[in-house]
Amino acid sequence: MSELPLGVDGWLAHVVFALLVGVGLFVLIDDENLVKKVVGLNIFQTGVFLFFVTSAYRADGRAPLVAGEGPFVNPLPHVLVLTAIVVGVSVTAVALALIVRLYDEYGTVRLDVIRDARAEAATAGPESTDGDATGGSA
Amino acid sequence: MTAGDLLPMLVALPLLAAVVPLLVARRSRRLARAATVAVLAAQVALATAVARLVLVEGPIGYVVGAIPAAFGIGLLADRLAVAMAVLVAVAALGAFLGDRSPRTGPELALWLLLVAGLTGVVVTADVFNLYVFLEISGLAAYALVASARGADAALAGLHYLLVGTVGATLYLLGVGYAFVATGTLAMADLAPALAAAGHGSTLVVAAFVLMAVGLGVKLALFPLHAWKPDAYAAAPPAVAAVLAALGSTVAGYALVRVTFDVFTVAFLEAVPTVRTLLLAVAAASVVAGGLLALRETDVRRLLAYSSVSQFGLVGLGIALATPLAVTGALVGLVGHAVAKGGLFVAAGTFARDYGARTVDDYAGLAARTPATGAAVAVLAVSLVGLPPTVGFASKWYLALGAVEAGSWAVAAVVVASTLLSLAYAGRVVERLYLGTATGDGADTATADGRRDGRDAVGEPGTAPGSVPSGEPATTDGGRPFRSPLVVAAVAAALVVGLGLASTALADWFAPVVEGWL
Repeated sequence: MSELPLGVDGWLAHVVFALLVGVGLFVLIDDENLVKKVVGLNIFQTGVFLFFVTSAYRADGRAPLVAGEGPFVNPLPHVLVLTAIVVGVSVTAVALALIVRLYDEYGTVRLDVIRDARAEAATAGPESTDGDATGGSA
Repeated sequence: MTAGDLLPMLVALPLLAAVVPLLVARRSRRLARAATVAVLAAQVALATAVARLVLVEGPIGYVVGAIPAAFGIGLLADRLAVAMAVLVAVAALGAFLGDRSPRTGPELALWLLLVAGLTGVVVTADVFNLYVFLEISGLAAYALVASARGADAALAGLHYLLVGTVGATLYLLGVGYAFVATGTLAMADLAPALAAAGHGSTLVVAAFVLMAVGLGVKLALFPLHAWKPDAYAAAPPAVAAVLAALGSTVAGYALVRVTFDVFTVAFLEAVPTVRTLLLAVAAASVVAGGLLALRETDVRRLLAYSSVSQFGLVGLGIALATPLAVTGALVGLVGHAVAKGGLFVAAGTFARDYGARTVDDYAGLAARTPATGAAVAVLAVSLVGLPPTVGFASKWYLALGAVEAGSWAVAAVVVASTLLSLAYAGRVVERLYLGTATGDGADTATADGRRDGRDAVGEPGTAPGSVPSGEPATTDGGRPFRSPLVVAAVAAALVVGLGLASTALADWFAPVVEGWL
């Protein structure tokens, strides 16, 4: 495993990984649409997962089946990624459930619109919506 | 049953038992709640039993399924881990009992999953499983924060989720780099393998920085802290209490583990830039957290900012990496967890019974609830770090460590943190005791109006303000009022007790710290 995938293919894989992580983070931070934020989060996570898969790469490696002939790719990162994918799916599910709740409340999935609505509610009736006002800096 | 068999039970018990309240709640919520309390109490007993075993036999290791630790799932309980496991169990039970509002089956199950995840982080001996447990506890925390009614909680929960997941994923990326550098994920194997790979190598430095930043998000160190006040202010009181006590504490523990068990102090010495950066971020957290707390009027947000400051102190201890400073950081983790958990329980009961949410709402409340008021005062003293509380012990060790290491700047930051916390915690206590009673009735009235709109989930019978201070329990079935008071009082007793026994606490950690440094 000390043998890094530094061939041309390996570099390409790292470029793709860096791109996915960058694109994902950018969408997560920049987009006002909450669903797209979650999509960005997924792209970001997928980039990291692919990095793990890349780390398992070995020149001329085969699928690690006991019956086959070596050399094999490293199976451990694949197992890790499977676990991480499960975690990612669960996170996405919770996030989407929360977005549904916000949509029920505000009728939109855009964060800027939600912020405006909250700011408006806060200025309209600070007494009755005090909690919203304190959370308005979200 | 041998010692090794008890260790996985620490995680397995709450994990498997999480199904129980889910099923039982269909028949009886009361029974489901009782079952949850029983599991949490059993967890306390189990953690204590493991702690006693560790005291007698030394560190206990366990490998799940007998697969070699390099590939399998290793667990390790040393003195530090069991102390944290006991802390998790006790704080979870305390926070749970600190609020009697009715909870649904899924909420009870989430509560147990949170305990399972946090305990998993504490006892794991594998950096990847640490990620998995971090996310189990994280997911439970996101959902629990959002379990409060209203859009506030949903938005705060989502914000927490997005930031927390990015943090956890950055940690995972760091694990990936460490894996590429060494080919192993077991903490015990990583330390020599990372040294062999070269502590100065880009791969190893990147791995540490990514893992530290990821955990820094969970710790809510200064530039990464924004999720915390919203989440704590919007969460149900009991959830805010358990997260304030344990959420960041366990992340801090993980940072200690990763720094000293995986990368070792030799790495910090080999790469002074990383150490300087950690020091700078931690110092910035101490100061910025304190200043933000000073400006804040909402008590729960104030307490959240105070956590940012307090975990900055823990970061300082880690970065200094002298035995005294690290001991100070560990004592600080425990002491802060108890104090902040107790304060959030008290804040929850003030909000529920008196509609008091801001510092000004607290005016004169101590006269109406002398016992809770006194508990808050003692806990705040621990937060400030005055003797004889555990907060003082922690800051004392930290300051001594800083002076011993010749870092006068760090010593100055520690002293400054005391002044800042005196200012913000003192403001709360001052209002509580010396706040003018004039306009008190009007305050309560507006607060009640707010409360009716937002907190209708609470005990319907507890008309706020109608309860005479001191003896609130007798008419309304007792426990809804008394249990938060008991929890806050126990927390206050604990910070004083731990403070008086701080030498014993430091001695308890000493073998672990000596192993690192």
